[in-house]
Amino acid sequence: MERACPAGARLGTGADALDGSAPHFVAYPTSTAEVAAAMRVAASHGLAVVARGAGTKQDWGAPPERVDLVLDLAQMAGVTEHVSGDLVASVKAGTTLAALSEVLAGAAQWLPVDEVVPGSTIGGVVATGLSGPLRYGYGAVRDLPLGLTLVRADGAVVRAGSKVVKNVAGYDLAKLFTGSYGTLGVMTELTFKLAPVPPCRLFVTASYQGPAEAAPAISALVRSQAAPAAIELDRALPEAPLEVSVLVEGRPRPAEQRAAQVAALMGGAEVSPLAPPWWASLPGPATFKLTAALSRVPALVDAASKASADLQARLWGSAGAGVLYLGLPAGPAELAALLPKLREAAAQAQGYATLLRAPRASKAGLDIWGPVPGIELMRRVKERFDPTRSLAPGRFVGGI
Amino acid sequence: MEQAAAALRRLLSPDALVTDPVELATYECDGLTNFRARPALAVLASSTHDVQTVVSTCARFGVPFVARGSGTGLSGGSVPVAGGILVVTTKMRTVLEVRPDDLRAVVEPGVTNLDVSRASAPSGLFYAPDPSSQQVCSIGGNVAENSGGAHCLKYGFTTNHVTGLEVVLPTGERTELGGVAPDTPGYDLVGAFVGSEGTLGVATKVIVRLLPLAESVQTLLAAFYDVDSAGRAVSAVVAAGLVPAAIEMMDALAVSAVEAAVRCEYPSGAGAVLIVELDGPEAEVAEGLAEVRQICEQEGAFELRVALDATERARTWRGRKAAFAAMGRLSPSYIVQDGVVPRSALAEVLHEVEELSAKAGIKVANVFHAGDGNLHPLVLFDEQVPGEAERAEELSEAVLQLCIARGGSVTGEHGVGLHKLGAMCDMFGPEDLATMHLLRRAFDPEGICNPGKAVPTPRLCGEPPRARKGAHPLQEAGVAEIF
Repeated sequence: MERACPAGARLGTGADALDGSAPHFVAYPTSTAEVAAAMRVAASHGLAVVARGAGTKQDWGAPPERVDLVLDLAQMAGVTEHVSGDLVASVKAGTTLAALSEVLAGAAQWLPVDEVVPGSTIGGVVATGLSGPLRYGYGAVRDLPLGLTLVRADGAVVRAGSKVVKNVAGYDLAKLFTGSYGTLGVMTELTFKLAPVPPCRLFVTASYQGPAEAAPAISALVRSQAAPAAIELDRALPEAPLEVSVLVEGRPRPAEQRAAQVAALMGGAEVSPLAPPWWASLPGPATFKLTAALSRVPALVDAASKASADLQARLWGSAGAGVLYLGLPAGPAELAALLPKLREAAAQAQGYATLLRAPRASKAGLDIWGPVPGIELMRRVKERFDPTRSLAPGRFVGGI
Repeated sequence: MEQAAAALRRLLSPDALVTDPVELATYECDGLTNFRARPALAVLASSTHDVQTVVSTCARFGVPFVARGSGTGLSGGSVPVAGGILVVTTKMRTVLEVRPDDLRAVVEPGVTNLDVSRASAPSGLFYAPDPSSQQVCSIGGNVAENSGGAHCLKYGFTTNHVTGLEVVLPTGERTELGGVAPDTPGYDLVGAFVGSEGTLGVATKVIVRLLPLAESVQTLLAAFYDVDSAGRAVSAVVAAGLVPAAIEMMDALAVSAVEAAVRCEYPSGAGAVLIVELDGPEAEVAEGLAEVRQICEQEGAFELRVALDATERARTWRGRKAAFAAMGRLSPSYIVQDGVVPRSALAEVLHEVEELSAKAGIKVANVFHAGDGNLHPLVLFDEQVPGEAERAEELSEAVLQLCIARGGSVTGEHGVGLHKLGAMCDMFGPEDLATMHLLRRAFDPEGICNPGKAVPTPRLCGEPPRARKGAHPLQEAGVAEIF
């Protein structure tokens, strides 16, 4: 392992524990070639491998069955190419969102992805498919990559997609890898389509007693021609009012006009250049992810509020996209009681409920992922990409 | 094959089966016509059940099958396997649901692209991906090819607008992928399926995302003396942080053809014509338009026209949309190429194409999506002139090599199908293609689903470069014929 990763490889410690499992080794590759070499070593010794960026999502997903090697990609950071005239940038997987922003800001451009979990790396955001408010106007994380470089379980280096904004050659492996929790391969570099930084951002915020009162406004916003960049809601359960905040971006004069239009649709609202304090902030420490058809978001908010009524929970998410997060300080008993209720409520809303993250002890024995359409096909895909089950085994849906 | 045919005769209604050789000839090729093959049998499916019947019968007897929508593809993707089975989805053309409050519609695969927007319009919504063939092409085909359209610059592609699918897998099983809500747990198999060119199964239901119709649309036509200054205008628009809905460019040769064909009255004397369309909230569009006008003037546009209403807008677009068909005015035959280069390299690449054209003595008309670097060089030739067809083919291939050299793509829209299999071997390495085959085999372990398309096998890539007069490897394999 030390030969494979000259920059560093060492024995694992408790501090490296992933959801309670401490790995035998941690390696620090500095290039795709070193990742490939490390994967070959791992393959020849039958080691189970998990990639790590900034380590901000160690308690996400199901606890892995075993972790023998953590590939720490923090040193695989940096923007390898930024062609501002094309609005395209290639970025190493270990680059933090903050560092990426800084580089791109020089050309008044950005990758429109929220830093929902502070300190996240781009690789981690793509591997978990973690989208924030901006998904409404710009597309979710899965809509942004143009191409990627990855290393397979057997150490082969693979390129898929391209570096241009328009390409239909070959399968879209970037989509397959987005949200795959590291179970199909290790991503080392990604190429993205960028956007120009909007000159003006305005947040239009109003408060409602509850989901029933907010429903007409949400429905009007989703159908409006004001082209918001985000439509968010937040509620400190159970009794606090439901806040709805809409982001309007663009050139200053038109943005002000549109913000006024939006405020009218909301039945009156405050307009501010500052985001509300809860904006793009994932509630926790235990977090459920709930999805819904747009028209059923208010009903889901209502059901989630009632189910967690005495649990000091906070509900936040995209009313415009139909993706909500319920966060609470909860032990195993509360989570076990809550999960089936939320799953039922999400199903009624034509969506799904998963326990996105929680300390290992709290989620032991829980079916955190739940039923998934097409799971058999997913297993077959996994088998082809990782026949020896050495990539984050057990972390993903259906025991994958 | 006989057993499969017999089984289908038993299981399906007689009017679903096409066996008459004359009728089957209709299905021999798609919009490309270079590649043709006759299936043993075509099934006109009316339901998911029909599709499942065909596919499971094929799976049972190991018979290869190909799915076909409207047959408007431009890369040979729905060319049948010679002697195999073709399943046609054009009868499955019902818009099952429009759900305005969910911003979704659920449609059968044979529904035309434009019909989705038509069904959504009463609710003030539309379906964004708008390929030029949208009056005829099917949503199922759009899913297979990940179709874009002129407005993909702002709105993206089919893959950004499909949230769920019902698919009949090559094993004959039916499965649902994704749904109405986003972020279905598990692998994004919807994202893997869109653009897979019919090689991973047959989509029998598609859940699409709808968007509110834009409040305002403004379309500007700008005439420049040459392609370079038009190109600089496009760069300046991008640098200004504007995101038009579409930016299209045509060179002088292309303009002369469309003038002759549809009399769109583009400004005469133009070396290049730019169409810029902005849409969105009214105030935003108005400011954007003013900026675009200013930029075009700065870069030397000698005439600017802003469409005053929908009729004028349609006239502006008429020329662009007639471009391919209009080539008939210039030349008895032509090849439509489809390649992508980084947008910032467009001007240089067009000069390189000009040089290649001059050297080969073959004319090229250029029509392209200036906003995203997607070129459509129209390579003109006369078959009657000895050697011209070959030189045109070589020139067309050389353009793709330019695209690869610039880190671009061998196909921006039309897909790989049969046409670009060789080019795939140049764009991707053996491990890249092998990884794509891992995905393919997960869906289609027996290799019966649109075999020989989209992703070349290592054997094909290992073939020596095609002798100009030799048979195409697919001809030798009996999969296709070239006409």
